[in-house]
Amino acid sequence: MDAQPLLKVQGLKKYFSASGGGTGAHGKKGLLKAVDGVSFHIFKGETFGLVGESGCGKSTTGRSIVRLYDVTEGSIRFDGQDLAKMNERELKPYRKRMQTIFQDPYSSLNPGMNVTQLISEPLGIHGFKNKKENRETVLELLNKVGLKAEHADRYPHEFSGGQRQRISIARALSVKPEFILCDEPISALDVSVQAQVVNMLEDLQAEYGLTYLFIAHDLSMVRHISDRIGVMYLGKLVEMAPSDELYEHPAHPYTQALLAAIPVPNPKVRNVSVPALQADLPSPLSNLSGCKFASRCPFATERCRQEEPEWTEIGPGHFVACHLHDEKN
Amino acid sequence: MNSLRWRAMVGQFKHQKTGVAALIVLAVFILAAIFAFLAPYDPNRIVVMDRLQGPSSAHWFGTDDYGRDYFARALYGGRVSLSVGFLSMMISVALGTAVGTVSGYFGGKIDNILMRLVDVLMSIPSFFLMLILNAYLRPGIGTIVFIIGILSWMSISRIVRAETLSVKQREYVLYAKVSGQSTFGIIMKHIIPSIMPTIIVSASMNIASSILMESSLSFLGLGIKQPNSSWGSMLNDAQGFISDAPYMAIFPGLFILLTVLSFNFLGDIFRVAFEPKASKR
Repeated sequence: MDAQPLLKVQGLKKYFSASGGGTGAHGKKGLLKAVDGVSFHIFKGETFGLVGESGCGKSTTGRSIVRLYDVTEGSIRFDGQDLAKMNERELKPYRKRMQTIFQDPYSSLNPGMNVTQLISEPLGIHGFKNKKENRETVLELLNKVGLKAEHADRYPHEFSGGQRQRISIARALSVKPEFILCDEPISALDVSVQAQVVNMLEDLQAEYGLTYLFIAHDLSMVRHISDRIGVMYLGKLVEMAPSDELYEHPAHPYTQALLAAIPVPNPKVRNVSVPALQADLPSPLSNLSGCKFASRCPFATERCRQEEPEWTEIGPGHFVACHLHDEKN
Repeated sequence: MNSLRWRAMVGQFKHQKTGVAALIVLAVFILAAIFAFLAPYDPNRIVVMDRLQGPSSAHWFGTDDYGRDYFARALYGGRVSLSVGFLSMMISVALGTAVGTVSGYFGGKIDNILMRLVDVLMSIPSFFLMLILNAYLRPGIGTIVFIIGILSWMSISRIVRAETLSVKQREYVLYAKVSGQSTFGIIMKHIIPSIMPTIIVSASMNIASSILMESSLSFLGLGIKQPNSSWGSMLNDAQGFISDAPYMAIFPGLFILLTVLSFNFLGDIFRVAFEPKASKR
């Protein structure tokens, strides 16, 4: 593994203006802080997992990195260049080097295009216009992702969810990217198919030296594929550690609760060590002071409600933002 | 259009015989319009001796007040009515699709400006505007096509905008965007093909209303000028002779009715075929 980070995200913020509509009778304009100061880096050839509940901002983080959104603040250094402030024209070469696999295999493939057209779409965008060569690339990629050459002229509706996701992967690979954003690529699939897809992603990573940002809410799969994992809560990273370390020594109460929620496939095991989370996720529109997790944290103190915890290193490569760990050190 | 949609449409035609009837009626009218030159009489030849004859074997639809063969006039009139309907549909579909996709895709200020423009245009009684425009422009088929076209795209643009709003959230559009596809490319390659069914449905309804509009304009004497005819202008001619020669009103009226009805039926069939969830009538 290279010591050089391929992607370095620093202080990334993405605010959406939530106007009128759903915000109640006041119709006051609110800021939805979907991502509020997230920093991490991903080394070349590494897989970084990003986990958290729905609405915690993990997808927004990913989509900001590939610049689907304009970033509110912060920098996204890809291979040393800051993507955050680039315009569409400057971004184009990077759009070839960064590809995306989306969550929903039923909506990520245009139903009116056949497999060849789908997979060669990014090729066309990036100036590979030779139809014959593109066709050969498509056939080779189909083989790589475990589909057959005879599938090349079929339409998406003829495939199952897992096969569609393979098509998405082949499409992402067609322009030989260095970085792939996997935005919950397995959440919509059956468990048996999930494992196949994850294993395939790993094989492809080894073969092409790919770097993944892997977003998911399923912790067991993420542990399997990720080298390091970041846990997000309400737009902030609360903990980041190498995956085994995170699973064995979760430091943040939120991470502990998430891990406790993984079902154990053995009815005799009862998991009672960690109290379940109380209450619901607070609205991301509310302006919380102090630690954002305080309202649901079983260990919260007055200090947590007042003061925002610092991002501190509690072990090699193990970072956490929690007051509980300030005191221990 | 892919094979799936095509199959759905064929299935729908098998299901609904009115659709087949509509297709047959339209095919007959279109062929008649194309091959109008085969008519046994010149539609503009005046034979005063033969004026106001009822339908007979010599003059299938009779003759009008100048003794012109009504069958030939109906054929040529159909040519005008159908082509005005078709051409102005092309204009309004092109305009409506362009405005709708741009408005829906970009959103924000552009959307606001374009949609308020649509609101303004829709709040003006378009028939009134047509009468005024018609007074200033040189009369002729081109003028009518232009006027109908630029005054009937607004509802299409609204429908297209709504569909664009939903399509642009789909992940294949997001994917195209993060892959570096240009905005124009996304609209042409992803958005328009995805909303094609909606466009086709509104197009077939739009032809029907364009034909009606042309007929109304011609009926008021503002459309096709003598000696040429359209179904609407033939109705206008028939006005004075409604008791002496009712057939003069019945034939063009019937043709307008059948054409408009057929296009509406077709539109309905397309709608049901393209949206499997829409209620089967």
